[in-house]
Amino acid sequence: MYLIPSLIMFGCGVYGFITRKNMIAMLISLELMLNAVDINFAVFNRYLFPAGHEGMFFSLFAIAIAAAETAVAIAIIINVYRVAKKVDINQITKMKF
Amino acid sequence: MQILDSTILVLAIPLFMFLFLGLVGVKMPRKITGVIGVLGMAVTTILAYTIAFVYFFGEGPQKVDGVYQQLVPVDWTWLSFYADKLVVRLGVLLDPISAMMLVVISTVSFMVHLYSLGYMSDHDGNPEKGFQRYYADLALFTFSMLGLVVSTNIFQMFIFFEMVGVSSYLLIGFYYGLQPANHASKKAFIVTRLADLFFLIGILILSFYTKTFDFINIMGKNGGEVCNAFTSAQGLTFMGCSVTGWALTFIFIGGAGKSAMYPLHIWLPDAMEGPTPVSALIHAATMVVAGVFLVARLFPLYVLEQGAMDIICVVGAFTAFYAAAIACTQSDIKRALAFSTISQIAFMMTSLAVSSANGQLIGGHEAGLGYMASMFHLFTHAMFKALLFLCAGAIIHAVHSNENSKMHGLHKYMPITSIAFLIGCLAIAGIPPFAGFFSKDEILVACYEKGLGWGLWMSMVAGMTAFYMFRIYYLIFFWKKHEVHGEHAPKDQPWTMTVPLIVLALISCVAGFVPFGDLVTWNGQALETHMNWPIAGASVGIALVGIGLATVMYRKENPLPDKLATMFKGLWTASYRRFYMDELYQFITHKIIFQGISKPIAWFDRMIIDGFFNLMGNVTNSASFGIRKMQSGSVQGYVSYYIIGAMLLAAITGVVILCI
Repeated sequence: MYLIPSLIMFGCGVYGFITRKNMIAMLISLELMLNAVDINFAVFNRYLFPAGHEGMFFSLFAIAIAAAETAVAIAIIINVYRVAKKVDINQITKMKF
Repeated sequence: MQILDSTILVLAIPLFMFLFLGLVGVKMPRKITGVIGVLGMAVTTILAYTIAFVYFFGEGPQKVDGVYQQLVPVDWTWLSFYADKLVVRLGVLLDPISAMMLVVISTVSFMVHLYSLGYMSDHDGNPEKGFQRYYADLALFTFSMLGLVVSTNIFQMFIFFEMVGVSSYLLIGFYYGLQPANHASKKAFIVTRLADLFFLIGILILSFYTKTFDFINIMGKNGGEVCNAFTSAQGLTFMGCSVTGWALTFIFIGGAGKSAMYPLHIWLPDAMEGPTPVSALIHAATMVVAGVFLVARLFPLYVLEQGAMDIICVVGAFTAFYAAAIACTQSDIKRALAFSTISQIAFMMTSLAVSSANGQLIGGHEAGLGYMASMFHLFTHAMFKALLFLCAGAIIHAVHSNENSKMHGLHKYMPITSIAFLIGCLAIAGIPPFAGFFSKDEILVACYEKGLGWGLWMSMVAGMTAFYMFRIYYLIFFWKKHEVHGEHAPKDQPWTMTVPLIVLALISCVAGFVPFGDLVTWNGQALETHMNWPIAGASVGIALVGIGLATVMYRKENPLPDKLATMFKGLWTASYRRFYMDELYQFITHKIIFQGISKPIAWFDRMIIDGFFNLMGNVTNSASFGIRKMQSGSVQGYVSYYIIGAMLLAAITGVVILCI
């Protein structure tokens, strides 16, 4: 039952990641996918192995990693914005060969 | 006997000379290199003479009850495979023929070394390039030839067979700047190599059945007992002939290539592009008799295979006539001499082939006469043919041309050369008391014993020999007054070149009196020989007829030869063009082999094999070109491909699971 929201969240994430041009929006989509996965962890842990807590801890772990990763990504995006004055992914072509 | 054990030195000195002159000689002045080469060869010659003398006349293990034994002073296992099942040895085998060959090779080689000091000193007035290289190659050749004759086994013989081929190649192509020399050396190498392929096949067949390479193991001491494996292999047949017959025929083809038997003779006339002393050493006296030596070495096997012997006999008799017919019309003196060499070697081959070894007395002569006669002729022929070639070299050196139209009337200018050449001609024509008379007489006797037809045929060729040799002689030294070209008239050459002529001329005078029948026979036992006066008289008579005819036609300038040439125009032209053998080969190689076989193979290689790999490359290339747009650098694009791929994979997995 909890898997349906997580599936929808993942689908939205993929769709957003592919279609959005704005890097911030892509980052948000990425986070959506990550959170969908986190939910899956928790759900499978709760229903399949109620005695164990590995899934829960893995979720916490993934949330922590995601936070760090978001911080890094935001930092990169801000720096790119400072240089290129834009955040659209298909307009930043300076580093192509 | 100590001295016989030192035979290995005879080989070691030329080998050392080759390495020394080849590596260090270039740094030394030319004269010194030459002198060192000559001195080294002199030592070798003295040693070889000592060994031969001790072998033939000394006391010791080599002669037991008047029978010459085969000695093996050196025997060294070189390679050993499969728990000694396949053993290749290198060694030294001394028996009458190898001792005789040591003398022949070292004598001629020494004379040629000495002669070359004069001949090679300048080339049309300029210092000869590669003088040191020349001497190094000569030493290499001498080493390989000596190694060939003392081989203890057939494999060692094959190795040295190839080595003489290589050194011959190097020396024919000595003037590598000249195109004909290059072609000639290639031709010589390829033709002899092709023949050696058959030799190798023959060796493989023979040693497969006899399980050994060693001559003594195969044939027994002194050819006494041929090993059982051989006689039992004779029972096996392949395509109607016994396997040993095949093996021996293949081995003979190898020998025929080296000895320029028809139809593998084509390389020898062209080999005359090399320096003349080289022609004297390699293409007249030594290397070309390697084939005869090979057959002589395996003689105890050949006598058991009458089929192989018949082939040799027919090939030899035909070649003798064929080459003599060509020699009658050649205008290049070296080529005429080359055809004469082919003819004389064919004499030796025929003589070997008509010999039978079963010890019966035929017509008052012991069988095995042909073998003795062949070796005798080999010995005398080496001497007088070397003499003739060296004379030719002196003449060429004097007039700077090979064509006898540029010579004529040289007798007045070059008396010593003229007399030496005359002696050589008399010797080869078989006029007593010169060397050729005795050996050729024995050969003719052996042929008449085989059959009247063989004898008459060979007598006719002997007459032709006399005719063409004197034709050359008269055309060079008489015919008409010499027209002096350039500022200086031709004259006798410096002493380095005349001394060898005189020495060889003396040998040609006396060599016939060597009691060969006592010394060199197939089984080491002395052979009773008598002068067969009717045959000897007849052969002298026919030789005199040949000489007389030559005298009438060529002594003084007259229109008779031209008249005859126009009368028999077709025949004359055919003979002058060597009966179109070269054209035939040209046709076979170019039109049939190159066009018919090589071209399709080349096409297959280019189109099918190369094409396949080109196709693979091109397909990959164009496929990559087609999909290169997918690598856009846009992460979103990649992700969409990834998603599509993952979904497809999931779909397939799902379908598979459902189906299962």
